[in-house]
Amino acid sequence: MDVVAAPQKHTVVRRGPLRLLLSILRLGGIGVNARFWVSIGLLSAILIFGLLGPALLGKRDPLRIVGGLYDPPSSKVWLGTDNFGRDVFTQLMYGTRTSLTIGLIAGAIATGIGVAIGTLAGFRGGMVEEALMGFTNVVITIPSIVILILLSIAVQSRSILAMGLIIGITSWPWTARAVRAQTASLRAREHLDIARLSGAGTLSLILWDIIPYMFSYIFMAFVLQFASGILQEAALSLLGLGPSNTISLGIMLHWSLLWEAVRTGAWWAFFPPTVFLTVIAFALLLLQSSLDEIFNPRLRRK
Amino acid sequence: MTETLLEVEGLTRRFGSGRNVVTAVKDVSFTLARGEILAVVGESGSGKSTLARLILRLLPPTAGSIRFAGLGDITRLQGHKLRPFWQHVQAIFQDPFATFNQFFTVRRFLERSLGILDNPPEGREREEAISAALRAVGLEPSDVLMKWPHQLSGGQRQRLMIARALLLRPKLVIADEPTSMLDASLRVTVLNLLADLRREHEVSILFITHDLGQAFYLADRLLVMYRGEVVEHGPIEAVLSAPQHPYTQRLLADVPRLGSGRPKMTSPDRWAPRRVPAGE
Repeated sequence: MDVVAAPQKHTVVRRGPLRLLLSILRLGGIGVNARFWVSIGLLSAILIFGLLGPALLGKRDPLRIVGGLYDPPSSKVWLGTDNFGRDVFTQLMYGTRTSLTIGLIAGAIATGIGVAIGTLAGFRGGMVEEALMGFTNVVITIPSIVILILLSIAVQSRSILAMGLIIGITSWPWTARAVRAQTASLRAREHLDIARLSGAGTLSLILWDIIPYMFSYIFMAFVLQFASGILQEAALSLLGLGPSNTISLGIMLHWSLLWEAVRTGAWWAFFPPTVFLTVIAFALLLLQSSLDEIFNPRLRRK
Repeated sequence: MTETLLEVEGLTRRFGSGRNVVTAVKDVSFTLARGEILAVVGESGSGKSTLARLILRLLPPTAGSIRFAGLGDITRLQGHKLRPFWQHVQAIFQDPFATFNQFFTVRRFLERSLGILDNPPEGREREEAISAALRAVGLEPSDVLMKWPHQLSGGQRQRLMIARALLLRPKLVIADEPTSMLDASLRVTVLNLLADLRREHEVSILFITHDLGQAFYLADRLLVMYRGEVVEHGPIEAVLSAPQHPYTQRLLADVPRLGSGRPKMTSPDRWAPRRVPAGE
């Protein structure tokens, strides 16, 4: 060989994707940082409250009757009692846990199905794409709350897992459409050609050459699905179709409405779960929008 | 001429339909012998890259056929049936930044490339094959194996692509403007590595470029493309000394200092467009 370039020294610090993400977070504008950390703070507080709260404050049964009908808050029952005389504060802890769990399961399932259908449709194109997207569009046109109600009635026992599943399998079409569009734009990248020339099959190409490139996007879609899963659970539970033998934020609202807590002024029965649902949804949307700015620097505000 | 490796006949590719139809490659025919370097020269939009993708079977042709020695007609093969073809035909693309999966280290990239082989080397054998291929292109295995693509320069990446070709030992390498995104000083390195590939391993190369100087430096034969069609085709010295087509003549006119014969040179960039002296 005539010419061999001297090995070059690199000033770039060796770093993996995680380090890269962290450095981007630090480099991001104050606005991004603040919103990101506020949402992380809110979510951590809610998680600690819902997951560790019961353990820290001594395990209590949220369904145990400790007082009378709508006892007001006192030193013994911090947020009063509900219509059955159950402790609202304990219910709030367990309800938060249930709602988060259902949202997480629903978000994971919806994102999983949406990514699978979207990547396959966008990557294969042609008839596969037509068929999958046709199916997706059909599912989108059916109001999901109707399917949710019908499915919830059809299911014998509504466990937390079953609720998550029901919500998950009705809310994936949005993700599928968005992911299909992203995949179609990635399909023509040259690194996919090299991967094909390396003998990679469809599954390998989707898993290693397409999904990593839109991982930030998928993660944001998951956060949105998580938030909407929690709200969907609340909507179903409000109608009395919530999970059986447990408590969720939506079920708390359901009973407070049935037993006229609003009219009788028992604010402690409906106000805390409402605030919690709002704060959880707000924190997740804030997280999603700050992540959007972190991953798409063009959106960053000056 | 020795045995024919690749035979392309009447290759045509149209994009779009109806009134918007564009014929990117039109009735292209040529053959490529074992160990031969054929340069395809043309301006941007002349269909060179489409031709490369057609021959690599990354894009289905509208018409025409591609025959490969030992495999016969491979024009209609799909999916897994293309594996044997890709075991013999590999590519080096123009953009060294876009061809790498940014989530793979160099090691993972090379190991994955071995997946096209039926019996890829394992364990120590694999390590040695990878190290040898990297050293052959002037990269130190311990330096680069654990690096991510964004930690490598454009020249290092293109050399890595050549190392990949060395590792897989194809019979044909399709190099689609492998130097156009590199600094002038790095171009000659890449061109010499391609020349080594042919000399030491008898690899045929389809060298696609817009630069007549580079084509002249490397290739045995020349194929000039203009608007998707082959307008001139023949041994490189013959074509360049007596160009027939007006387009080739114009291309040559843009390369002023092309002397008679093939001068010894250190850099093909000697044929960069002449600077107009002040006052002229």
